[in-house]
Amino acid sequence: MFENLTDKLQRAFKNLRGQGTLTAENMDEALKEIRLALLEADVNFKVVRDLVDHIREKATGTQVLTALSPAEMVIKVVRDELVETLGKDTAKFKFASQPPTVVLMAGLQGSGKTTTSGKLAGWFKKGGHRPMLVSVDVYRPAAREQLKVVAKAVGAHLYEGENVESNTESVVRLAKEARREAVINGCDVLIVDTAGRLHIDEQLMEEMQSLRSLLNPQEVLFVADAMTGQDAVNSAKEFHDKLTLTGVVLTKMDGDARGGAALSIRAVTGQPIKFLGIGEKYDAIEPFHPDRVVGRILGMGDILSLIEKAEEKLDKKKSEEFAKKALSGDGFSLEDFREQLRQVKKLGSLQSIMGMLPKIGPFAQMQQASSKVDEKQLTRVEAIINSMTAYEREHHEAINGSRRKRIARGSGTSVPEVNNLLRQYAQMRKMFKSMSKPGFARRLGGMKMPGM
Amino acid sequence: MMFKLFGGKKEEPAEQKQSLFERMKQAVTRTRENLAERIEDVISFRKEIDASTLDELEATLIAADLGTTTTNEVLAAMREKVDRKLIGDGDELKRVLKQELLAILQRAEEARPRIEVEPPEVILVVGVNGAGKTTTIGKLAHALRAQGKTVLLAAADTFRAAAIEQLEIWGQRTGAEVIKTKPGGDPSAVLYDALQAAKSRKADYVIVDTAGRLHNKTHLMAELEKMHRTAERILPGAPHETLLVMDGTTGQNGLQQAKVFTEAAGVTGIVLTKLDGTAKGGVVVAISREMNLPVRYVGVGEKQGDLIPFNASDFVDSLFQ
Ligand SMILES: Nc1nc2c(ncn2[C@@H]2O[C@H](COP(=O)(O)OP(=O)(O)O)[C@@H](O)[C@H]2O)c(=O)[nH]1
Ligand SMILES: Nc1nc2c(ncn2[C@@H]2O[C@H](COP(=O)(O)OP(=O)(O)O)[C@@H](O)[C@H]2O)c(=O)[nH]1
Ligand SMILES: [Mg+2]
Ligand SMILES: [Mg+2]
Repeated sequence: MFENLTDKLQRAFKNLRGQGTLTAENMDEALKEIRLALLEADVNFKVVRDLVDHIREKATGTQVLTALSPAEMVIKVVRDELVETLGKDTAKFKFASQPPTVVLMAGLQGSGKTTTSGKLAGWFKKGGHRPMLVSVDVYRPAAREQLKVVAKAVGAHLYEGENVESNTESVVRLAKEARREAVINGCDVLIVDTAGRLHIDEQLMEEMQSLRSLLNPQEVLFVADAMTGQDAVNSAKEFHDKLTLTGVVLTKMDGDARGGAALSIRAVTGQPIKFLGIGEKYDAIEPFHPDRVVGRILGMGDILSLIEKAEEKLDKKKSEEFAKKALSGDGFSLEDFREQLRQVKKLGSLQSIMGMLPKIGPFAQMQQASSKVDEKQLTRVEAIINSMTAYEREHHEAINGSRRKRIARGSGTSVPEVNNLLRQYAQMRKMFKSMSKPGFARRLGGMKMPGM
Repeated sequence: MMFKLFGGKKEEPAEQKQSLFERMKQAVTRTRENLAERIEDVISFRKEIDASTLDELEATLIAADLGTTTTNEVLAAMREKVDRKLIGDGDELKRVLKQELLAILQRAEEARPRIEVEPPEVILVVGVNGAGKTTTIGKLAHALRAQGKTVLLAAADTFRAAAIEQLEIWGQRTGAEVIKTKPGGDPSAVLYDALQAAKSRKADYVIVDTAGRLHNKTHLMAELEKMHRTAERILPGAPHETLLVMDGTTGQNGLQQAKVFTEAAGVTGIVLTKLDGTAKGGVVVAISREMNLPVRYVGVGEKQGDLIPFNASDFVDSLFQ
């Protein structure tokens, strides 16, 4: 449907072939495409302006790596900039030293506050807490009934209250009573669902301020709809100015909106996006991961497309063989290792590939390892292995002191460097073997890990 | 018949007499000084047209959610006129630009004139989650009841927690009967009951509330298609109007909403809600331009009187405020 941003950038760089440097001039067209992509994704135009300026600054003067095209290089810079803007994984809650921890929900009408309140209650329950819900939405027809149904569905306590009227007094009273009730019931988290309100509705914003000062909540979450357009900056900023938000929940991410509002809201509030709402069911909530949202905003489905691109350049079969071997009882040889190094160099930057993988399990370790490797070092490592005999490459244990000296001399490196490489190699061998759980080899093969 | 909704009535509440333009201005000026640097009426103070004039206009249109495609094409036409010296100064440029936008909206209105239908007239109300469907139905019922019409409300949102209760409260407020089933029930069955009831009771209007659904959920869109067919089967020609309720803060996703809902449910018009906020709802210009789908009403608040017929000219003015 849409032409992929990568393709557009490729076109923008058609004149910059092979090795080159990104300059303000040759990036001009690319930056225009990036600007359009961000605007189409509903990122606020002022935020786009700032982002594009940053990206221009960062990219200018960058050497284009052998394995990445200029377009891919720029995408990498864009991606890094957006991920940085959005912040890291941030699904953490502040808890009160003296329970209950109070979570105050805030946002415009229909953004998903009541549903998200229920989802959070479920989330807390799973984490071993005893959440209580209370609705102080005394305005929208059946809003309190809605939360009652939600509370029942997630099996959370609910404070209902009595003699509720449609006014601020009732709102404040309900909140006060709910907190007391939470203490009595031993509920350690109180989630306060509020009525939707416009940021320019002074009376209702004041009501929200009274709630905030009364409850002194640990978290004030701004619940925003992922489909929001340019106005996201106005509402988010006003809510933040009046209420000092502590986080954001972006709902309806199960739709096909690009979700540029995430960047806008983050830019004007500086507050972390903590959760994404991904459906109407009460478990349809997930912690926020910036990489995925960035891929979506850029219309690349996923940053994975970049990896795929890189994958094509990696010799797929060799990688798979390597993975199999590395995980087998024999482990991989220095010869295999050198082959992998060549692959990695062909690809350009190891870190950029590593950075795209989820930071979980074994990948976390590998990422740590990869962050210590730079391109120059890869060349030196390869030189060291080049200086080994074929026998040595297959039998690393045979490389004694005198062989090490010879290798160091031959590769123009030093004995400590050779020692270091052999030590790291031994460690890696062990690490890979220890990871040889069923299924992992397949995944590794599928992911085309370069083997570091 | 819908076009008579707000006309021909002796005593209109004062608030309904205000134009959209005035009401939106009112909402905005309330806290204008608090808002981060609003885009001002960019070029009325500038006589000469230079590159920055067009850049500022571009920013105004983008900020109003018209989207880059519509903005660029509309401005390209302006640029050409400027180059050919057909436009002399900033004021004229703005006037011509407004005319261009107005023409887009009016073309869509003309493409889908409203038709007189034999009662009961069936209005199907669709849209994504939280857009304001149920509230809009309450407001529509209020306006129709004020004209002495009988209105049946079909509570075909059987999914959302307490959605039926919400519609019932609107029914009580406006004196419209609500046809319902239990939560989780079949929406098409409710629709069936409501249409049968409307036929036998000779009701003037049936307004059908539906569950919010994101348009990329194919099974939910298929459900809507089924409802559309059900209505047609029971009452040939029904639904006579399918209103897509769209949140005024919606960005470019609105275009996709309009396309997919139209495919599934034959949308005939849009209700743009929450324009009492600071969002402009400019994506409807893109929708009008690409799909010839007109805006019928505008929601400007949560009370029953807060629905006004769409006025293209007021709307275009509001984009520049
Ligand atoms: N698809 C989808 N719908 C959602 C999500 N969060 C909320 N909703 C729906 O959005 C509508 C409004 O939600 P609600 O919680 O009542 O919003 P509130 O007015 O802010 O309290 C309801 O139809 C919800 O089911 C989400 O993450 N995905
Ligand atoms: N400010 C404002 N709020 C509105 C408007 N229309 C609907 N709402 C509010 O938006 C929220 C969602 O409305 P609802 O009718 O439940 O949406 P539905 O999920 O599409 O049926 C409620 O809090 C309504 O009061 C409007 O024109 N202006
Ligand atoms: Mg609510
Ligand atoms: Mg509804």
